[in-house]
Amino acid sequence: MPSLPLWSQLINLLAALLLLLAFAMLTQRRVLSLIRLFAAQGFVLALSTLVVAYTTNQPDLYMSVAVTFGLKVLALPWFLHWLIRKLNVQWDIETVINIPVQMLVGIVLVIFAFNLAAPISEIAGTITKSTLGIAIASILLSFLMMIARRKAVSQVIGFLAMENGLFFAATSATYGMPLVVELGILFDVLVGTLVFGVFFFQIRETFESLDIHHLEKLKDR
Amino acid sequence: MEILLLLGAPFAGGIVLAVWGHRRFAPELNSGMSLLTFLAACVLTARIIADGPILAWNRAFFVDPFNVFLVALTAFVAFTTSLFSRPYMRIEAHTGRLSPNRLRLYHSMFQLFTFTMLLALLTNNVGILWVAMEAATLTTVLLVSLYRTPASLEAAWKYFILCSVGIAQALFGTILLYFAAEKVLGSGGTALLWTDLNQVKGQLEPTVMSLAFVFLLVGYGTKVGLAPLHNWLPDAHAEGPTPISAVLSGLLLNVALYAVVRAKVLVEGALGNNFAGNLMMGFGLLSVVIAAFLLSRQRDIKRLFAYSSIEHMGLMTFAFGMGGALATFAGLLHMTVHSLTKSAIFFAVGHAAQKSGTQVMADIRGLIESNPTIGWGLMLGSLAILGMPPFGVFASEFMLLTAAMHQEPWATPFLLAALGVAFAAIFGKVQPMVFGKASVERLPHPPALIPVFVHLAIVLLLGLYMPPYLAEWYRQAAALIG
Repeated sequence: MPSLPLWSQLINLLAALLLLLAFAMLTQRRVLSLIRLFAAQGFVLALSTLVVAYTTNQPDLYMSVAVTFGLKVLALPWFLHWLIRKLNVQWDIETVINIPVQMLVGIVLVIFAFNLAAPISEIAGTITKSTLGIAIASILLSFLMMIARRKAVSQVIGFLAMENGLFFAATSATYGMPLVVELGILFDVLVGTLVFGVFFFQIRETFESLDIHHLEKLKDR
Repeated sequence: MEILLLLGAPFAGGIVLAVWGHRRFAPELNSGMSLLTFLAACVLTARIIADGPILAWNRAFFVDPFNVFLVALTAFVAFTTSLFSRPYMRIEAHTGRLSPNRLRLYHSMFQLFTFTMLLALLTNNVGILWVAMEAATLTTVLLVSLYRTPASLEAAWKYFILCSVGIAQALFGTILLYFAAEKVLGSGGTALLWTDLNQVKGQLEPTVMSLAFVFLLVGYGTKVGLAPLHNWLPDAHAEGPTPISAVLSGLLLNVALYAVVRAKVLVEGALGNNFAGNLMMGFGLLSVVIAAFLLSRQRDIKRLFAYSSIEHMGLMTFAFGMGGALATFAGLLHMTVHSLTKSAIFFAVGHAAQKSGTQVMADIRGLIESNPTIGWGLMLGSLAILGMPPFGVFASEFMLLTAAMHQEPWATPFLLAALGVAFAAIFGKVQPMVFGKASVERLPHPPALIPVFVHLAIVLLLGLYMPPYLAEWYRQAAALIG
C-alpha cells in the first residue's frame, strides 16, 4: 500500500500537534484560553482518530470519533465556559510559578515517556505505533499540570487533558478499546465533569474563591 | 435471573430514591431495596455453591466462588448499613445538619454506590470493571461533602482528585492489558473478558503485562488506600456521614483489592515469576507499617479507624501478594472479618459521635455509663479489630503470620511490631472513651445497634468455629487466585 506512509505521516503530524498543545496548556495562565486549548486538543484527537478509522477501516472507531467530537470539542468546553461565566472567573489569571522550570521538567518527562513506550511500540502492529510515546508524554504533562496548578478549574482541565492522552494511547496502541468500554469511560468522564461543576459551586459558596490553598487544611495533627 | 435482580434492585432503588429520598418513609425504602439486593445475593450464592461458576448474558457476567463470596459480603454489609443509617440519618436531619434535598441525594447515591460495587464484582469485562470503579468514586464523592463544611469539601476534593488520577493510571494499565490481549485474542469485545484472558494468560506478552500490572496496582491501589497513596482515605472517612465511612471501609476497599487480585492472577500467569506478588507484598507491608505508626497521632475517632483500615488493607494485600493456599485463605478470611468488624465499629462510632456532638476523642468520655450498648459495641469492636482471640480477626491474622513465617520470614518482625503498635494506640484511645467519666446526652431517636452486634457475633463465630461449607468455599476461592 503506497498510500500508507502518507497517512501515517499525517497521524504523526497530528500527534506532534497534540504534544505541542499539551505544552501550551502547561504554560497557559488564563483559564479561558486553557479551555480553548482543551477544545483544540479534543479536536486534534478526534481528527487523528478519524484518520486511523479511515485508513484501517474500523467501523467501531467512527462511533468513538463522533462521541469524542461531541463530548470533548463541543459539550465539555461549552459546559466549562458556562461554568466559569457563571462563577465569574473567566478573566482569572493564575500566577503559575517558574514556567521555564516546568518546561524543563516537561521535556524530561517526554524523554522518559519515549523510553517507556519504546519496548511496547516495537511489539505493536498498528500504523500508529510511533505515537504511543507522545500519548504517554501528554498523559504525564497533564499530570504535571494538575500538580502545578492552584486553581480548581485548571486542575480539572488538567484531569480532562489526561483523559485525552489516555484515549490517544488507546487508539495508538490498539486502535481503541472495545466500544462498550469506550462508551463507559466517556460516560464516566461526562458525569465526572458534571460532579466537578457541582463542586465548584460548593467550594465557591463556602470559601468565596476557587483557590485550592483553602483546601489544604486537613492534616494529621 | 438472580444477576438481573441483584443489579436491578439497587439501580432501581437509586432512581426511585432520587425522587422520594426525602420522604418520611425513605429510610425504610432504602433498607427494603438493600434487603432485596441481599436476598438476590443469597440466591445467587446458593446457586454457585450448588452448580459451580457460571457465565451469564453472553459472557458479560462471570461468577465464581471468589467473587460470589464478595458479592454476598457486599450485599450483607450494604443491608446492615442501611439499617444503621435509618436512625442515624434521622438524627442528623433532626439536628438540622441535613436538608431534605441532601437526604434525597444521600439515599439515592447509597443505592447507586451498591450498584457500582456489585457491577464491578460481577462483570467479566476488565474494562467495565474500571468503569464501575470510577462510577463508585463519582457516587460517593458528593456524599463525602454532604455536610458542606469547609473540611468536608476539602476531603471530597482530595478524594476526587487523588482517586481520579489514580484511576486514570488504572485505565492506562487496562489499555496495556488490552494491547497484550489483542495480540492473542484478536481485537473486539472479547479481548477484555477476564475468563478469556485467564485461558490464554500464558501467551500474553510478559514485558507489556508487567508494565500493565504496575499501572493497575498503583491505580486500584489508590482506592485500596495503600501507602503512599492513602492520603484521601482518612479525610474522606472522617468528614463524610458515618454510614458512608462504613461502606467505604467495608466495601469499596475490598472491591478495589478484588480488582488488583484479578489482575495479579493474569500477570502471574503471563510472567511465570513472582513479580506481581512481590510488588503487592512491598506495598502491603509499607501500608501496614506506616498506618500503624500514624494511629497514635490521631485525635479524631473516625480518622483513627480509617488508619486502621489502611493497616488491614495492607495486611490483606500482603497476604494475597504472598500467595499460596494458606496465605490466600487468610487473606479472604481477613477480608470478611475486617469488613464486618470495621463497619460494626463505624456504626458504634457514629452513634457515639452523635451522642457527644463531636468526633474528637478527648471529648468523648464514659460511653459505658450513658449508653452501655454503644460502649460495649465500641469496646468489643475495637478488641475484635485488634485481633484479640476469640474473634475471627485473630484467626485470620494468626494464619497470615504463620504463612509469613514459612514463606517470607523477613517480614514477620515488621508485621508483629506493627500489630503491637496498633494495639497500643487503639486500645489506649478507646479505653477512656468507653470507661471514662460520662459527659454525653440522650439521642432524639433510639440508635440502631442490632447491626453492630450481629456483625460482631458473626466475627466471633468465625473465630470460634468455621462451618465446613464456608471453609470449603474459601478454599475453592483461594485455589482460583492461588
